[in-house]
Amino acid sequence: MTGPKQAWITGIGIVSSLGEGLDAHWDALNAGRINVDEKRFAPYIVHPLAPVSFDAQIPKKGDQRQMEGWQRIGTYAAGLALDSAGVKGNKEILGRMDMIVAAGGGERDVAVDMAILNAYLKGNPAPGFLNERLMNDLRPTLFLAQLSNLLAGNIAIVHGVSGTSRTFMGEEASSIDAARIALARIASGQSDIALVGAAYNGERPDLLILFECGDFNLTGQFAPVWARDKRSGFCLGSAGVFLVIESETHAKARGARPYARLTNVVADLAQRKQAGAVTRSLEALWSKLGKLGDNDPIITGATGIEPVTSEEKAFLSQHAGSAVRATGTLFGHTIETQFPLGLALASLAISRGALFPPNDPTGLELEMSAPPTQIVVVGAGHWQGEGMALVEAVS
Amino acid sequence: MAAPRDKFGRPIVVVTGMGVMTSLGAGKTDNWAKLTAGQSGIRTVTRFPIDGLKSTMAGTIDFVKVEPFSSTGLTERLADLAAEEALEQSAIGSKGDFPGPLFLAVAPVETEWPQRVEVGRAVGKQDFDYNEILRICGGGRFAQLHHRFMFGSVASYLAEKFGTKGSPISLSTACASGATAIQLGVEAIRRGEADAALCVATDGSVNPEAMVRFSLLSALSTQNDPPQAASKPFSKNRDGFVMAEGAGALVLESYDAAIARGAPILGVVAGCGELTDSFHRTRSSPDGKPIIGCVLKTLDDAGMVPEDIDHINAHGTATPENDKMEYLAISTVFGDRARTIPVSSNKSMVGHTISAAGAVEAIFSLLTLEHQRIPPTINYEIPDPAIPFDVVPNKARDARVTAVMSNSFGFGGQNASLILTREPA
Repeated sequence: MTGPKQAWITGIGIVSSLGEGLDAHWDALNAGRINVDEKRFAPYIVHPLAPVSFDAQIPKKGDQRQMEGWQRIGTYAAGLALDSAGVKGNKEILGRMDMIVAAGGGERDVAVDMAILNAYLKGNPAPGFLNERLMNDLRPTLFLAQLSNLLAGNIAIVHGVSGTSRTFMGEEASSIDAARIALARIASGQSDIALVGAAYNGERPDLLILFECGDFNLTGQFAPVWARDKRSGFCLGSAGVFLVIESETHAKARGARPYARLTNVVADLAQRKQAGAVTRSLEALWSKLGKLGDNDPIITGATGIEPVTSEEKAFLSQHAGSAVRATGTLFGHTIETQFPLGLALASLAISRGALFPPNDPTGLELEMSAPPTQIVVVGAGHWQGEGMALVEAVS
Repeated sequence: MAAPRDKFGRPIVVVTGMGVMTSLGAGKTDNWAKLTAGQSGIRTVTRFPIDGLKSTMAGTIDFVKVEPFSSTGLTERLADLAAEEALEQSAIGSKGDFPGPLFLAVAPVETEWPQRVEVGRAVGKQDFDYNEILRICGGGRFAQLHHRFMFGSVASYLAEKFGTKGSPISLSTACASGATAIQLGVEAIRRGEADAALCVATDGSVNPEAMVRFSLLSALSTQNDPPQAASKPFSKNRDGFVMAEGAGALVLESYDAAIARGAPILGVVAGCGELTDSFHRTRSSPDGKPIIGCVLKTLDDAGMVPEDIDHINAHGTATPENDKMEYLAISTVFGDRARTIPVSSNKSMVGHTISAAGAVEAIFSLLTLEHQRIPPTINYEIPDPAIPFDVVPNKARDARVTAVMSNSFGFGGQNASLILTREPA
């Protein structure tokens, strides 16, 4: 019996409110730049997508028209990841590549919804009113822009990734599980190479409404996630992040260089009705990650939602020597995309030999000058699901 | 003694519990009796007004009540009932303590119209925009809507109720979702991560917008009268699928674990395979290569050849395109045997249960193995000469069946197949 195969992260594609690509993100992170829009959806705050020329990764306008925002963002980021791994257009590899996409979906045509809703509420609608309006007003192709698995479908069509295709759903936890399953398949030899990621369009009124129903939106003035304990909430962010993960053997055979090694991904579903459940869940996951250093830095997708963020702080206080970075402050909350974003930034930091500086007036985030060799990526969903990954330098 | 493994040295994955809900009824016994009697569960929709719809029938499950009603709520309840039946048969673990992960195929979730109207009504004025909804929807009054319309809500309910371990995975591969849920369970057991997995697939999404969406893509049959005759897989006059609701749940275990606890072995998941079609969002590659590749990968995964398969539980949606492509794939792989191997479509009776179909049909395939009787393809009056399958027309047939291939093909280029056998190979 041979042991589990090592998995390398050999491709990173990232597009967000801070720009696109690794250099732009590295510069923005080091400059402490944050891009928020407090006006467009006031009193709600969003981290809007930076200007992107979708043509660069989605050359056919017809393809772009078939997608809604989240699919364009994701298909674009997937293209960047394939470029970064040097497998773009490599039909032999793409034809057997695993793809696991974490997706929401349901991108609505808000103008149509509001017109139908207002007309419906105006009087006594006839029994067939809703049917007739939907038949007349919905664009036939909108459905395909709403189906969760059609981000994967578009990546297959535009970039030719066509081995396996699986779409996981379920908010933050879905992308933790996507990384976990991709790694398990590679480690066990069920697969050699995988494209894993997610995309989120945070600039959607329908989502603001859904999250407002649960009182999850931050309003008024922007604040870093660690400074929201008295004013709980997240600011939705737009981002797409994809990673190419492959076995060390496969990467070496094609001469690909790693950004980092993905050593482990673990996940759980705490029963959060019990106080402290998230703290205990994160501590249990930490103990399953593998051999850790004393003060390994932590990149977390903490949301700023209470009480989960305070429960996560209680966990972090057990690792008080670790330099912590919260992606929620920098990028907003990108739901399914938050965990791949953490993995991407961890890989980037390891490959650049430095952790990016803190961006936190509360002092929770410590400076770190030494080059990181291990980074723990943490995700605790805004209402459920916890996970962690260990990303390491390839020695 | 060496543990029993398959010919590739992997743990053998067996099924020890099954539960099923369709428009035909609740549970395996009722479903099997009606399925082999050639009955249809398709009826004219009564859940909501059908005025203005082009397709007015569906395989709704109206005998399960959910309050307050939502498609996601029904989806959850159907999964719950199917899982209970499967767990009772399997007798694995203890109540609320299932010793393995949950893999759930579930329809994508979004806010539905009755709830949208409820929130809109609360604005209390006319001609409002979304900002005015935002002003009134917080504060806890509609907190349950957030919970209900999170994609992970069905899985978290099931995980808590049945005590599955770890992070439950909700997935969608469109019409192949049910097969993918089973595949994920098989892979976890083969990797040795788990001795057991609960694989559930569920869909309760017959609502006006869902029907309109499929209708706008011209995917649905419009042969509304009589509704029972609308779903005509492989017939020359087929004109689309019929939407339907359903759920299937399977307890998968390693053969070792099942034997060790004396569990009933209902069948073996001998192989699974998938291959993505990158041709088009809703259409298959005209050369059929991805479907053919999917079928071949599945045979490879099972270590079998086409001659080993003696029945095909078809995807058989009754759309003009699907049935033609399925014949192309099967005839390419099976050669002359494509004309003689029995190929039946359960969808002729239960309709297309979308996200649930792969699991519902895997269960019907396992029941076919158990009873050595093949359910028919009903409504087969006008054969399509371009599809010379033996579709087991209109009447169930006794047959010796040792291995069944169950196919699922979906929008977004999703193709997945399973091979189910009675005994370990």
